[in-house]
Parts: sequence; C-alpha cells; structure tokens
Amino acid sequence: MSTTALPVVAREETPFRRFVAEFAASRVALAALVLFVLIGLAAIFAPFIVPQNPYDLAQLDIMDGRLPPGSASAAGYTYILGTDDQGRDMFSGILYGLRISLGVGVGSALIACVFGTALGLFAAYAGGRTDAAIMRLVDLQLSFPSILVALMILAMLGKGVMNVVLALVIVEWAYYTRTVRASALVERRREYIEAAECLALPKHRIMFRHLLPNCLPPLIVIGTQQVARAIALEATLSFLGLGVPITEPSLGLLIANGYQYMLSGKYWISFYPGIALLVTIVAINLVGDQLRDVLNPRLQR
Amino acid sequence: MTTWLIRRLIQALFVVLAMSVIVFIGVHVIGNPVDILISPEADQAERARIIAALGLDQPLWKQYLLFVNDALHGNLGRSFVFNEPALLLIAQRMPATMELAVTAVLMSILFGIPLGLYAGLYPEGAVARTIMAGSILGFSLPTFWVGLMLIMVFAVQLGWLPSTGRGTTAELFGIQWSFLTLDGLRHLVLPALNLSLFNISLVLRLTRAGVRETLPMDFVKFARAKGLTPARVIFVHVLKNIMIPVVTVVGLELGSTIAFAVVTESVFAWPGMGKLIIDSINVLDRPVIVAYLMMIVLLFVTINLVVDLLYTVLDPRVRLEAKG
Repeated sequence: MSTTALPVVAREETPFRRFVAEFAASRVALAALVLFVLIGLAAIFAPFIVPQNPYDLAQLDIMDGRLPPGSASAAGYTYILGTDDQGRDMFSGILYGLRISLGVGVGSALIACVFGTALGLFAAYAGGRTDAAIMRLVDLQLSFPSILVALMILAMLGKGVMNVVLALVIVEWAYYTRTVRASALVERRREYIEAAECLALPKHRIMFRHLLPNCLPPLIVIGTQQVARAIALEATLSFLGLGVPITEPSLGLLIANGYQYMLSGKYWISFYPGIALLVTIVAINLVGDQLRDVLNPRLQR
Repeated sequence: MTTWLIRRLIQALFVVLAMSVIVFIGVHVIGNPVDILISPEADQAERARIIAALGLDQPLWKQYLLFVNDALHGNLGRSFVFNEPALLLIAQRMPATMELAVTAVLMSILFGIPLGLYAGLYPEGAVARTIMAGSILGFSLPTFWVGLMLIMVFAVQLGWLPSTGRGTTAELFGIQWSFLTLDGLRHLVLPALNLSLFNISLVLRLTRAGVRETLPMDFVKFARAKGLTPARVIFVHVLKNIMIPVVTVVGLELGSTIAFAVVTESVFAWPGMGKLIIDSINVLDRPVIVAYLMMIVLLFVTINLVVDLLYTVLDPRVRLEAKG
C-alpha cells in the first residue's frame, strides 16, 4: 500500500461500485429507475399526497361525477385528472390503485421468487429423478400461456386480492425455477462447491450460502421482468372482472370502470389510469433491460 | 421413435386426466349454483326437483365419474344459462375466435417481417430505431389497454372503423365468417391488429436479429460477388434462411394467440369463445366453464405434442437426446 503519497486515493473498485457505474451508463435506464422509485414512493405515501380518500364515501360528492380534468370541486380543490361516475377524484383513485397494483405485482413476484428459487436450487443440487420430476412440472407449466393458467385458477377460486396473488405466483414460479436451475447446474461443478463439500458442510448451507449467491444475477433480471409481467397480468385480469374486488380497485379495474364512458367521449376515467399503468410497466422494463445488459456474463468484457 | 411417441402420448393423456380432476374439483368448490339458478321464491319440492335434474345432489366423486363418462361421450353438460349443450355453445363460438387468431398471426407476419427486414438492413437509421422502440412498447403494453386506445382513436374520435361485434357475416362450409364481407372485414381490422401487436413485435425482432446474423455470412458475400442484384440477395438468399426460426415461433405463438383472444374479444365484444368464458365465469355457468377449460387443455396438449413431434422430425439432435 504505497498510495500514501497521493493526496486523493482513488476509490477501490468493488463489484458493486462497478455494477452501479455500468448501470448508470445508460441515461434512459437511470431515468426509468428514478421514475420507478418516484412511483413507488407516491404509492406508499398516497394517503398523505392525495386531496381526498377515494374510498371514504363521506368525502365523495355524487354531484361532482364525471367532471373533466381541471374542474373545481365543491370542497375547493381542483380535480386535476377529472372525476369518475361516483364523483371520485381520479388522481386520488390512481394513487390508491397503484398501491394495489404494485403491492400485488411485487408481492407475487417475491413469493414466486422464493418458492421458485428454492425448487430450482433443490432440483439442481439433488439431480436425478427429483430434478427430472421438477423440470417436467416446469415444462408443463410453461407450455400453457400465463393468461390461461391465471384464468383457470381465478375461475375456480373467484375474485379477491389474495386469489390474484396466488394465481400470479402459480403462473410465475416456473420461470424462476428454470433460471436458477440452469445457473446452479453450471455453478455446482465449480471448485468452490467441491471445496465446500470436502469441508463436509451441511447441504442446506452449501445450497443457500454458497450456490445461491452465485446464481443471483440472472435471478435479479428475471425478477424485474416478472414484476412488470405480474402488474400487466393483474391489470388484465381485473379488467376482465376476474381480479381484484370492486372494494380494492387496482389500475386495471379503474380502467374497466371507465370503459363504458369512453364511448361517449369521457375518456379521462379510463385514459389516465392506463397512462399510470403504462409508465409503471415501461419504467420497470427499461430498468430490467439495463440490468440484463449489465449482469449478463456473456456481454461482459 | 415409436416408444418415445407412446410415452409422450401417455404423458399427454395423464396431463388431460389430471387437469380434468383439478378443473372439476376447483369449479365445484366455488359458489353454489343452486342459489344462483333457482329463484328464491321456488318452494322446497321445486328446488329438490331442479337439484336432482342438474345432478347436484350426488356426492362429488360420483358427479366426477358421471362427468368423465359423459365427457367421453362428447357430453360436457348443458349450460345453466342457455340450456344448450356446453360443448355445442363452445363449438359455435370457436370459428369466430379462430378467425380472429389466424388473422392476427397473418398480420404479424405481414407487418413484422418487412419492418424487421428494414430494421436489420439499416440498424443505425432513425427509422430503424423508432421501429425498435415501438417493438419494446408492443411487448410491454397490456393488450386490453391498447385495445381501448384503438377504439378511442379509430372508432370514437375518427369514426373510421366500428368498435364492437363481428358485423355482417357470410356463410362458408356451413359456418359464419366475417372476412367474406366488407362490413365484416371492417369489424375485423381493429381486434386483429390489437391481438397481433405482441406477435408483430416478436416477429420483427426475430427477423431483425436473423438479418443481422445472416448478412456477414459467406454465402451472402458469395451471392453478392456473383453479381446478383441486391434485391435478389435479400429477398431470396437472406430471407429464405431467416424464415425457419420465424415460422417456428409464429406457429408456436398460435396457441397463446388463441389464449390471449380472451382479452381482445372482451374489449371488442367479439362473440368468440373467450368472451363466452368470461361471461360464464361471471354468472358461474359451471358446465360451460368446465367444458371450455377441458377444450383448451386438450387443444394445448395437442399443440405441444405436435410441436414436439415436428421438432423430432426436423431436428435430429432432439431425436438423439430422446433416445439417450
């Protein structure tokens, strides 16, 4: 360490710092990340931001129903995005809808990730018949389009936030399992796993402390994409009337509610929730694309 | 090969059977159709009569055996709502869905290949960049939202195209088709475009990647060196080589296009089997739900089997793997 001569020590390059620098190389991806964080914060702190609680009936005024964007409310504030048929402020409705959409999307992706990753690691580590059986199930699951599987489950279980989450988890887990198994199969032939096995470490320790951290990069990429897919699928299911109940409207249900008014030119009831949905999904996808480019070992120099 | 085929067939059969149990039990656990179908004013005797007529008084396993027996005879129950055989209802709606799905797949080839070809030939140009950015949107936009926007712009604002229904249909082979009349075609444009957007993006990206991969290859250079016109090199030599993956993927996508027709049909009130299933779920019309799910499972198991079979025929490497 002879760097004492230099007044400013160059920051040591850690893998994490390199990752951050590479991610930030794309301005679009950085902007998308900032946007996504802002959307997330807006959803979390929605009760402190919005002018009215859209589901407190006492605060709604039916006389304010279907007002175009920019109208003034009886209570004095402006409906910047207009109102729906119940006189509900669309801006407030959208932020509350975002809470449900993001909660369901992120929540189901996380549960599916934990479940799918565990199965994938187990399949790769156990090998043999266990591996074959699990992968057969994955193949079967992936041979049916996601919307059909979700439709099937919700046709059986009925509406409800928890049912939607369950349906999304069942749709998504196979992607994680396949991804983790593929990278775990490569990693488990490496020397460090051999070394860990020679140390007679318990199997679960090898699987979760040695194998898992090295399978993380592709998992992060798949996870981001799956969050976007889950949000889109939830919105689609809710639009079809199979998803969340009317008491907990997500963005998809807001769009469905405005559908009938769109044909008579009252576009804002459907249009703005749609824009919110769109911006959220595109932002997540852009972040995911950049993550894939940065984390893909094949593209690394 | 024969052993492989038999094993694969048994597997497919097993999947169908397992799905039938799951679907049957799942659908029979939710809701009580008795409450929905029988008016509250009906007296006890009438209730008992209707319950017996629908077979709802039997234990679940007996209902299932009855269901399997009937299903094997092509009878999946009568719709509670329409009082018609459920299978017949679905069969009546199927041509509309197929017409929509096939048109969407054709459109994806019609738009996807030329756009992808252009983007692959001039990757640095502004037009190509716009095309690629558009394809990202095509992947990420939810289908139903794009459908709504199409209706809003082309039906409500501009008034160019009708927003819902199939329009006038004409008969061919005893089935009503929209694409045979001008009015029907006008009704078909928006839903088909909506359904094909995802596939257009997919075909476009595949074509572009294929062109970029093929252009630096020796046979292309050789064709150029021979003095062939650029048009002939691109449309015959290059295009022929990239068609294989594109056609494979498009064929595979037919299945999920039929599945996603559920969404498009609901948005555009297209009277296909997707709209039927959504309506049936909302009124808990169990025989129709079960019949639709069984039909779709059968359809997908068949598609998967055919695809596997085609791969084995086309690609010897898969065949060797199956043996080993």
